[in-house]
Amino acid sequence: MINKTKYRILRKKVLGTCLKLMDVEAPEIAAKGLPGQFIILRTDENGERIPLTIADLDREKGLVTIIFQEVGRSTDDLGEMEEGQYLQDFVGPLGRPSEIEAFGTVVCVGGGVGVAPIYPITRAMFEAGNRVISIIGARNANQLILKEEMKQVSHELFVVSDDGSVGEKGLVTAPLQSILDEEKVDRVVAVGPLVMMKAVCEVTRPYGVPTIVSLNPIMVDGTGMCGGCRVVVGGQTRFACVDGPEFDGHQVDWDEARQRARMFLPQEKAAREARGGGCACRK
Amino acid sequence: MPKINYVREKMPTQDPAVRVTNFSEVALGYDAQTAVLEAARCLSCKKAPCKDGCPVGVDIPSFIKLIKDGDFGGAINKIKEKNSLPAICGRVCPQESQCEKYCLLSKKGDAVGIGRLERFAADYEMSRGEAQLKTPAAPSGRQVAIVGSGPSGLTAAADLCLLGHDVTLFEALHTPGGVLVYGIPEFRLPKGIVAREIETIEKMGVEIRTNMVIGKIHTLDELLNSTYDAIFIGTGAGLPYFMNIPGENLNGVYSANEFLTRANLMKAYLFPEHLTPIYVGQRVAVVGGGNVAMDAARTALRLGARESFIIYRRSDKEMPARHEEVEHAHEEGVQFHFLTSPTAIEGDEQGWVKGLNCLRYELGEPDASGRRSPVPIPGSDFFMSMDTVIMAIGQGPNPLVPQTTPDLETNRWGNIVADEGTGRTSKTAVFAGGDVVTGAATVILAMGAGKKAAQAIDEYLKGL
Repeated sequence: MINKTKYRILRKKVLGTCLKLMDVEAPEIAAKGLPGQFIILRTDENGERIPLTIADLDREKGLVTIIFQEVGRSTDDLGEMEEGQYLQDFVGPLGRPSEIEAFGTVVCVGGGVGVAPIYPITRAMFEAGNRVISIIGARNANQLILKEEMKQVSHELFVVSDDGSVGEKGLVTAPLQSILDEEKVDRVVAVGPLVMMKAVCEVTRPYGVPTIVSLNPIMVDGTGMCGGCRVVVGGQTRFACVDGPEFDGHQVDWDEARQRARMFLPQEKAAREARGGGCACRK
Repeated sequence: MPKINYVREKMPTQDPAVRVTNFSEVALGYDAQTAVLEAARCLSCKKAPCKDGCPVGVDIPSFIKLIKDGDFGGAINKIKEKNSLPAICGRVCPQESQCEKYCLLSKKGDAVGIGRLERFAADYEMSRGEAQLKTPAAPSGRQVAIVGSGPSGLTAAADLCLLGHDVTLFEALHTPGGVLVYGIPEFRLPKGIVAREIETIEKMGVEIRTNMVIGKIHTLDELLNSTYDAIFIGTGAGLPYFMNIPGENLNGVYSANEFLTRANLMKAYLFPEHLTPIYVGQRVAVVGGGNVAMDAARTALRLGARESFIIYRRSDKEMPARHEEVEHAHEEGVQFHFLTSPTAIEGDEQGWVKGLNCLRYELGEPDASGRRSPVPIPGSDFFMSMDTVIMAIGQGPNPLVPQTTPDLETNRWGNIVADEGTGRTSKTAVFAGGDVVTGAATVILAMGAGKKAAQAIDEYLKGL
């Protein structure tokens, strides 16, 4: 039953502090996946099911690219895996794909590791003929990812960091505000930490610009079976795994989403401590 | 004529005080001597009404006679003529409402312990090592895709494989078995037993592909346009229902599906050796009265809850759970609040569950299900302090396959519409059975549906 002949890690690259990229052999998923969808993986038999939004796909080579931040025990374990090793499980594509159309002017906003999933969406928006303005941000220069890639698929790119070590010092909302003041924007797509996505939605709300966010709540199966990933959108409970992961950001109950993300904090801490360590940058 | 014995042989169980501290199986099964004694209670009556109570038509009197005669190998082979998963059915079938319900002895005393004897025969075979494999018929050259590896899918796969078809079984999760693995706890159905039954099916020649979410990675049309000649959908009742009362998204509220999946499939009871976490707290309320509710309430105790409550809006008589599970739950200290239903879940400032506001009910007139419907008693509201709330009020059909198959007819609850006798759906070459058709029911009914569909698929393939 134990299947260790699939899902080989073909390439591993350190992108920044605690940020890693892996190309995983999964030809069927690579053939079918679309921007905005996610996969779930397990590193080993005792592992958690980790949901990660697809960062890129190579349909010809049959590769799925994932980019992740080592934020806890399971992503620490993943980060220690090397090229040539096999993941225990890799399932997808899950969730609904992004809505890609020629909207006109689209602003794509990515924060932290959220730049990874915003990249394929940005590229698809670019290829669909939109004027694409992108804003990417990170804590510092070491944590900024995919800057060159984003540049390739954007008509304009703004870069910000918390400490000013790369781009302008500040938050992604600053350039967003200026863009909205200067020109007509038809759509905003934002992926990043909950606080960032919430802030983006607050900035766009007065302008009435449709704002799509991608949520990554705690989930187990990813197929609508457990309901752990429920989020309230427009007063209705939805399952992020099958109804999302993208939702109308103006309708999301952000406070509840943040509360639910804290459900297992003590256990997450215990699991990391049981292993002793974690990514070096957090020590 | 020997004297009729109306008293069933007792099955040994783990001591309740001990078993609430472990996840090992509660019921320990008959030994050979007890099994023979129990089998000898069977009157071997001519009509054998028990057979009509079995959804897969096991020849019950014959296998019981073989046990009585000490031919345990013969007994299991007899069962397997109709039932490919006897070790599982012997443990989880609601025998009291099926075969045993019709046993003549039940009119004056205890029915023959048919389920216990089935389990004995299956366990006997397992204890002897290799199970006897049936040989599939000559290859038909036809390929069948089975979607979902729960009871209906496993049964359909085994039967179709034996009929000579090339069978691929697609499972969305990382382990095959469906509800047998994610839902039913280890202490009721050891996962080693499920794994072994699945191994047998694999050895027969069924290819099992885990991590395959049909509807996402491949649609039904894509499967039919590739190499498959027919499809059986057995995707189960995987969509948890909530009550739509205030507070259901507080931290500490789970669907029973989530709670049990964390505990069973992900083995959260072995945290942090197994990395999936679970939280129970001191006082746990489980809302519902079915087997899933019993499983959740008993799992909570094993995970360290001090008190575990069943909150059920009807009375004990209407509870759909198996008798044995209710009895075991009582023994283990689960507390029952009948004729009670929550109206809201209260939370603290941090968004964690604090307790339940409940209303008391009384029984009114019988409803559509024939059960007396609960009517709220005005002004009876009261508060119960709780750390965790688990919703076990039922599950709907998983929508992933119908969502991507526009020509597959579903009813207003989202169940796939399929012919009861054949599993035939509105879509050519596509058959369905089990909970995705009937709504949440039992393992054995799903197996019965898988069996019927396998026959119908075989006939369909012959006509191609």
